[in-house]
Amino acid sequence: MADHRSAHSVIVARGLCHAYGRGSTRRQVLQSIEFTVASGEIVLLTGPSGCGKTTLLTLIGALRSVQQGELEVLGVPLQSADRERRRRVRRRIGMIFQGHNLLRCLTAEQNVQMGADLLPGLAYRQRRAIARQWLQAVGLGEHLRQFPHDLSGGQKQRVAIARALAARPRLLLADEPTAALDGRTGREVVELLRQLAREQGCGVLMVTHDPRILDVADRLVTMEDGRLLAGTLRQSER
Amino acid sequence: MPWARRRIPLAWLLLVRQPVRLAIALAGIGFAGILMFMQLGFRDGLFDASVVIHRLFDADLVLVSPRTMSSISMAPFPEGRLVQSLADPEVAAMTPVQWEFVLWRNPETRRTRSILALGFDPEDPLLSDPSVQRQAPLLRLPGRVLFDERSRPEFGPVAAWFRAGRSVQSEVSGQRLRVAGLVALGPSFGADGNMLVSRETFRTIAPPGSRGGIQLGLLRLRQGADPARVQQRLDDQLPSDVKVYTKEQFIEFEKTYWRTSTAIGFIFTLGAAMGFVVGCVIVYQILYGDVSDHLPEYATLMAMGYGLADLLGVVAREGLLLALLGYIPAYAVAQGLYALIRDSTRLPVLMDPQRAGLVFLLILSMCLFSALLAMRRLADADPADIF
Repeated sequence: MADHRSAHSVIVARGLCHAYGRGSTRRQVLQSIEFTVASGEIVLLTGPSGCGKTTLLTLIGALRSVQQGELEVLGVPLQSADRERRRRVRRRIGMIFQGHNLLRCLTAEQNVQMGADLLPGLAYRQRRAIARQWLQAVGLGEHLRQFPHDLSGGQKQRVAIARALAARPRLLLADEPTAALDGRTGREVVELLRQLAREQGCGVLMVTHDPRILDVADRLVTMEDGRLLAGTLRQSER
Repeated sequence: MPWARRRIPLAWLLLVRQPVRLAIALAGIGFAGILMFMQLGFRDGLFDASVVIHRLFDADLVLVSPRTMSSISMAPFPEGRLVQSLADPEVAAMTPVQWEFVLWRNPETRRTRSILALGFDPEDPLLSDPSVQRQAPLLRLPGRVLFDERSRPEFGPVAAWFRAGRSVQSEVSGQRLRVAGLVALGPSFGADGNMLVSRETFRTIAPPGSRGGIQLGLLRLRQGADPARVQQRLDDQLPSDVKVYTKEQFIEFEKTYWRTSTAIGFIFTLGAAMGFVVGCVIVYQILYGDVSDHLPEYATLMAMGYGLADLLGVVAREGLLLALLGYIPAYAVAQGLYALIRDSTRLPVLMDPQRAGLVFLLILSMCLFSALLAMRRLADADPADIF
């Protein structure tokens, strides 16, 4: 089923369309999206709000069912994928949200372990050790036992990154991870994300409005009115 | 790999990290549990109290009149039927018993109140209670009674006076009676108090209409005899003016009367059911609120790749934990209240394992049922909404 191109790609979309509503209220949000992300590549998706970025992200994240066109994520065709197959794909995708979406009743360490708990065949201690390693990797080794409300915005977002990476994803999806952060913190968080994703050989697709972080991308994709604009530029390797 | 399935105890953490909500939930479950314990305790206590004496009868088979409906309407039958049954080779001995309600005059206030009097021959065994057996010979003197010290206080401070060494006298049907000793039986639905007298004394105090015949015949069988078979045989041989029960049947007969002829069973079962419903509503509210508050977090977990089944498991475990945590205080408080009830009403309300188990099952099903309803809220956890 996988052709030559998709063997090295974590995302392949062909003619992907999506619409909300029915009848007269029907609104087309995605129109014939042709799009690939290679393994280990870091792609930034920008565009005005309401242009369909988030819809594209939820489709790739296997959170919505595909209506029309083809979408293959991590080698799994998602068109006509049922709930269970989409859930299995989600296990291999790390997600970082605009709000950090940490579990309030869990400590930083436990939050990260919720990610590590998805790994099969590991003992509890091993999964806890993984959680600690990741918190150390995002520089929060001292804050294992703290609850989200005791952490700053940047720290919370770093916990969210650790949680996403603890499940050893092959693909990271991030939706405006810097939106709630000040410029310097946002920059640090994205740098960290890029570095860790690189080390893991993990593809990254990040939606952002933040012009200060565009340079971390290997490739920049702009979207407008449900279409990807031609002539997306490739950043020079830094 | 023993720990491969161990996960973060999310259900537990959700509960304990919201101590106020947990406290409210436990108070609600505890309240429901106590209500169920009380209602069922009263119901069983009342039914048990109605057969305290029945259980104590030293008998394998019991003869009563077919017109007898319960312990408060014991009809007489000819004593000859009891003698006839002695002809059966497997019947070893008999005790004729007279059973009437008489008016006892409170020795302190001089007010009268209805008390159950049992008349028997002091030479015959009546109750398998050592203190009764020991004191029965005291009844050989006329006008002597063994008074039930657990009788309700309205009969006067008989036990206290007697223990203090005073001579306690009362008057029944114009006859002066003297308390010769105390026994511990207990009041029931029908009888607020009990006393034991000899048949001679009984004859002097019984109402004129009931002086012929006996109300109860106790039969003891030879070792190894099968009560059910002998009962069958006697029932066939004896005329239809007498009925033969095994002791167990006699106890059931009395309990069935109170269960079916009065609203008591219904009232207390309804009370317990209300406790159950109140508990369901409280647990549902708590769990529904909990799920609603954490909906974005549940959606996040689904986005991470946790399945709906995992999340349903979390809610179910919350219900299970609430049941366990709520049962413990309910059990402890019920123990205390049972002791209070025993003291103030003298009803035999005890925490028997059967009821303890039943209430636990009720609390458990209450919590799991509510959890099941609250889970419907999880259907609203759409991971696509959280981006």
